[in-house]
Amino acid sequence: MQVQVNGDAMELPAGATIATLIDKMALGGKRLAVEVNEDIVPRSRHPEFTLNDGDRVEVVHAIGGG
Amino acid sequence: MTETSKLQLPEDRSLEIAGRVYQSRLLVGTGKYRDLMETGHAIEASGAEIVTVAVRRTNLGQNPDEPNLLDVISPERYTILPNTAGCYTAKDAVRTCKLARELLNGHDLVKLEVLGEEKTLYPNMTETLVAAEELIRDGFKVMVYCSDDPLLAKRLEEMGCIAIMPLGAPIGSGLGIQNRYNIRLIVENASVPVLVDAGVGTASDATIAMELGCDGVLMNTAIAQAKDPIKMANAMRLAIEAGREAYLAGRMPKKLYASASSPIDGTFF
Repeated sequence: MQVQVNGDAMELPAGATIATLIDKMALGGKRLAVEVNEDIVPRSRHPEFTLNDGDRVEVVHAIGGG
Repeated sequence: MTETSKLQLPEDRSLEIAGRVYQSRLLVGTGKYRDLMETGHAIEASGAEIVTVAVRRTNLGQNPDEPNLLDVISPERYTILPNTAGCYTAKDAVRTCKLARELLNGHDLVKLEVLGEEKTLYPNMTETLVAAEELIRDGFKVMVYCSDDPLLAKRLEEMGCIAIMPLGAPIGSGLGIQNRYNIRLIVENASVPVLVDAGVGTASDATIAMELGCDGVLMNTAIAQAKDPIKMANAMRLAIEAGREAYLAGRMPKKLYASASSPIDGTFF
């Protein structure tokens, strides 16, 4: 299946969870937040939250800003 | 000094934000530094206890071993104030705040800014009011970047914003406080902290904001884009302290003509 991650298309195996995605992005253990189709998915639900074809996922972190 | 004149001095209220008392009245941003090491050193020198961050997409091509901003500016040591910089609609600002809250494990203090246009980055106040209302309803503690209109500032306070942050001049312009009269009116009418956010260029600008009675100043570019950011961070710390002390001391009235400082009596010529 294909999902949009931070605006770019990404192929993921069917049944992939947010935790799968974070591992694939090599972001495991980082401070980040995830939104799927404009809804927050709390960190505690990342291992169980299954993504679907066409989902729009945002993975964000804190950067410098004023 | 007589008792009466003492009573007229401004009250030395400590800076309290969301139930926490802060010693430093200087709040700093973390953008525009050369690298994270410089960011860390400058913030250390500024003495700031509240530090703003932006929320952005993780870069897909990023080196995963690169240090994260929050590893340098640790949430255990500093109060992290996520901003909604770059948002031009209430909807985007609310989304950003929700992501920030998740990112920071439920920490619900945010700096709301909804911009109106790229050239001036002036706040879009209609969208700001909509976003503030929604965020407050959702339990956020909102520090709000706003125009220097005293009536809108009061309205934001009445809605439940916990700090009012009018601009001194456009973000990143370094022009200093452009409308001292309005800032002073906002301070006079407010019963929540008022902080000048944006527009400070150098130390004297920060001092002026504090002499007007502001509870604090938030700045980023003035420090980050100084030739020596760490030295400027220290200058800003001192400027904020000097301005606060001068405000509390109660300045002498301005007069149109001179008034000799040395006595006339006893002259021998």
